[in-house]
Amino acid sequence: MATRKHRLNGAEIIIEALKAEGTEFVFGYPGGAVLHIYDALYKQEDIVHVLARHEQGALHAADGYARATGKVGVALVTSGPGLTNAVTGIATAHADSIPMVVFSGQVPSSLIGNDAFQEVDAVGITRPCVKHSYLVKDVNQLADTIKKAFYIASSGRPGPVLIDIPKDVSAQEAPFHYDDAPVHIPSYQPTVEGHIGQIKKALKMLKKAKRPMLYSGGGVVIDNASEEMTLLARRLNMPVTNTLMGLGAYPANDRQFVGMLGMHGTFEANMAMHHCDVLFAVGARFDDRVTGNLEKFCPKAKIIHIDIDPSSIAKNVKVDIPIVGSVKSVMQEMVRLTADDTFDSTRIEPWWKQIEEWRKVDSLGFDESGDRIKPQRVIKTLYEITGGNAIVTSDVGQHQMWAAQYFGFHEPRRWINSGGLGTMGFGYPAAIGAKLGRPDEDVYCITGEGSIQMMLQEMTTARQYNVPTKIICLNNGYLGMVRQWQEFFYDKRYSMSYMDSLPDFIKLAEAYGHSGVRIEKPEELESKLREVVAMKDKTVFVDILTDPSENVYPMIPSGGGQADMLLAGRDKMKSVFSEGMVLV
Amino acid sequence: MMTRRHVVSVLMANEAGSLSRVVGLFSARGFNIDSLNVAPTQTPSVSRLTLVTFCDDQLIEQINKQLNKLVDVIKLVEIEEHELIDREMMMVKIIADAESRGNYMQLADTFRAKVVDICPTNLVVELTGSPRKLDAFIAMIEPENIRELARTGLTGVAVTGSGKCLEL
Repeated sequence: MATRKHRLNGAEIIIEALKAEGTEFVFGYPGGAVLHIYDALYKQEDIVHVLARHEQGALHAADGYARATGKVGVALVTSGPGLTNAVTGIATAHADSIPMVVFSGQVPSSLIGNDAFQEVDAVGITRPCVKHSYLVKDVNQLADTIKKAFYIASSGRPGPVLIDIPKDVSAQEAPFHYDDAPVHIPSYQPTVEGHIGQIKKALKMLKKAKRPMLYSGGGVVIDNASEEMTLLARRLNMPVTNTLMGLGAYPANDRQFVGMLGMHGTFEANMAMHHCDVLFAVGARFDDRVTGNLEKFCPKAKIIHIDIDPSSIAKNVKVDIPIVGSVKSVMQEMVRLTADDTFDSTRIEPWWKQIEEWRKVDSLGFDESGDRIKPQRVIKTLYEITGGNAIVTSDVGQHQMWAAQYFGFHEPRRWINSGGLGTMGFGYPAAIGAKLGRPDEDVYCITGEGSIQMMLQEMTTARQYNVPTKIICLNNGYLGMVRQWQEFFYDKRYSMSYMDSLPDFIKLAEAYGHSGVRIEKPEELESKLREVVAMKDKTVFVDILTDPSENVYPMIPSGGGQADMLLAGRDKMKSVFSEGMVLV
Repeated sequence: MMTRRHVVSVLMANEAGSLSRVVGLFSARGFNIDSLNVAPTQTPSVSRLTLVTFCDDQLIEQINKQLNKLVDVIKLVEIEEHELIDREMMMVKIIADAESRGNYMQLADTFRAKVVDICPTNLVVELTGSPRKLDAFIAMIEPENIRELARTGLTGVAVTGSGKCLEL
C-alpha cells in the first residue's frame, strides 16, 4: 500500500514525470480540459511554462527548442480547437523527425464520443502525423505511458508522440512510481548498430571509387554524428554535399564542401551527384526536392545508404548497399575501421580537378546593379557580420533558400527550418524556442513578409518571457516563391501572390514592445545590420525592402534531372516547360 | 511492375487505435485493402491480422516496412501463395421459395456448404473454403436472388516447414 505521500493526482504525475525526464520548458496554451495540469504547473518551480499566443506557435517553439538543443521538446494544449491548432506543428516535427512529446487535454472519459464541448478525436486527427500516440484512460497507466512516449520520441527515427489525457484522468489519484529501468517495448526495437559485413562492404566500395560523393542529410544532425562523418569524409577525401536539412553537418567553409544539392543546390554539387560513381548517402532520404527526376538521378552511381529507418531505404531509389542503423553508430564504426588506413587520395585527384572546374561556374553569383537591395546580399552581409556564429531559423519561401545558400553553417544545430512539410510561420516561434534552449547564442529568424504574418502574434510571447531574437524580414511585397513559379510556369500571371496593404512592421514591433529598423537602400544595409546585430538583448524587427523581381537560382525545374540546371542570367527559362506545369 | 495478390500476416498489440494505424497506412497512400481479418490470438493482448492487397512487389516491400515501423506491430510476414493455407468463411442469404429451395440445397451439398437457416422465403448457407471456392459458389446463384452476403475476409497461416511461422 503506497503511503499518502506517494499518491499524486494525474496532473501532478505529469509534472513529476516531466521533471524525471529533465524537461526545462513546456510550451503551451491552457483551456478547460487541461486546467488540472495548469494548476499543478502553478504549484511548482522547476519547469518553466511558456505561454504561446497560438497552439501552432507553442508547437513550433517546442520544435525549435528540440532542434537547437537535441533534447525532447514538450508541448501542452487543450482539447478540441487547441489540438487542431497544434496539428500543423505536430506535422512539421513529424516531417523532419524531431523528438517531441505533446500533451493534449481531452474531455472527461464519460463524455468521450458524445460530441461533447471541445471534443475532437485527437488520436484520430493526428494519427498520420505522429510517430505514435496514446489515449490514457487510467491514471495508473499515466507515468508509464509518459516514460514510453519520451523513449519512442527520442529513439530510432525520432518524431512527435501525442498523449491525450481526459480531464478526469488528470484529477484522479494514483501511486507515483517512475521506473529507472530502460523502457522495453517488445514490438519497438530500432536497429541501432549497422551490419558489420555491410559496413565493410561499403568501405571497400568507397575506397575503390574513382568519383565518390558524400550526400548527407538531417539524420546526421539529429543523431549528432557530424564529427564522425566529417572525420571520415576527410580521411577518404570525398566531396561532401548537404541537403537543406543537413546544412551544418559538414563545415560550410571546408574545401571538400561543395554546397547544398537539389532543386536550389549549387552547380558543383548537382554536377558531382550526376557524375559520381559511388554515392554515399548518410541519414538522407532521397527527397523529391533533392532527386528531381528519379530516372535521371545519379545515373552512373552505385549507392550506399545508411538510415535508421528501414522504410527510408529503397523507397525512392534502388540501393546497392543498404545499412540499417543509427548514423552515429555506423559512422563510429567506419571511423574505427579506417583508423590505420593509408588511403591513397591521389587516385581521385582527377575527380577533384573536375569539381574545381564546375566550381568556377559560380552558380551563386548574382547581379547587384540597380538601386534595390538584393536579398542574397542581405544574407551574405549578415553572415559576414556574425561570422556564421549564430543560430538561424527560417520560414518557408525564397528567403529560406537564400538563407540556405548564402549563410555558411559550420556547425550542426545552427540552421533550423521546416524542410519536410514546408510550414510558413515556423521560423519565428522556432527562434523563440531555440533562444530559450541556448540563451548564449544569437538567434536570427530569416523570414518574408508573407511567412512572418502567419505567427506574428508570438512577438507577445517574446515580450512576456524576454526572449530577444532578430527578425530579418526580406520584404519584397510578394509571396516570392509563388511569384517565381508563376513567372516561370504560369506566364507571369501573378495570381494572389502579391501582398497588398502590408502593415507597418516597425510600428507593429513597437506596439508589441520591441524595436524596429527599416532598411531601404543598398548603401545603408551593412551599417544598419551592424547596429541590429549589436542590439544584443532586444527583439528587433528588421524590415528590409528587397528587389521584388529577384529569383532563386540555380534552379532545377521539377521533372528535371541534376544536370538540367538553370543559372541566373546565363540560361533563361526555356520554353520547353509547358504552361501550368505543376509544382510537385 | 506486375500487380498481384499479396497476403501479409501481422501480430500486433490488441489495443485501441492499433487497427486504425494499420488501415491509415493504406488510406494515406490511396491504396485499397482487399480484405482484412483481425482477432485476438491465444494471448489476448495480441491480435493476428491477415491482410490482402493487390499491388506490385516494390510497393508491398514499402508496405511491409511501414507496417513494421508501427510501434504496435510485433512482427509480420508476407506469405507467398505456394506456402499459404488460406480459408474464408461466408454466409449467404438466398431468396428461395418451396420451388427453388431444393436446387439451392443440392448446390450447397455439392460445395460442402451448410444450410443454417430456412424460412418460407429465404435460406441461409454457410460456406468455408478458399476465396476462389466462395466466388464459385456465388457465381452459381442469380445475383437478384442474393439477399445478403457476408464474408470474413481471408485468414490463414503458412504451411509448416515454409519458415514463415509467426509465433509469439
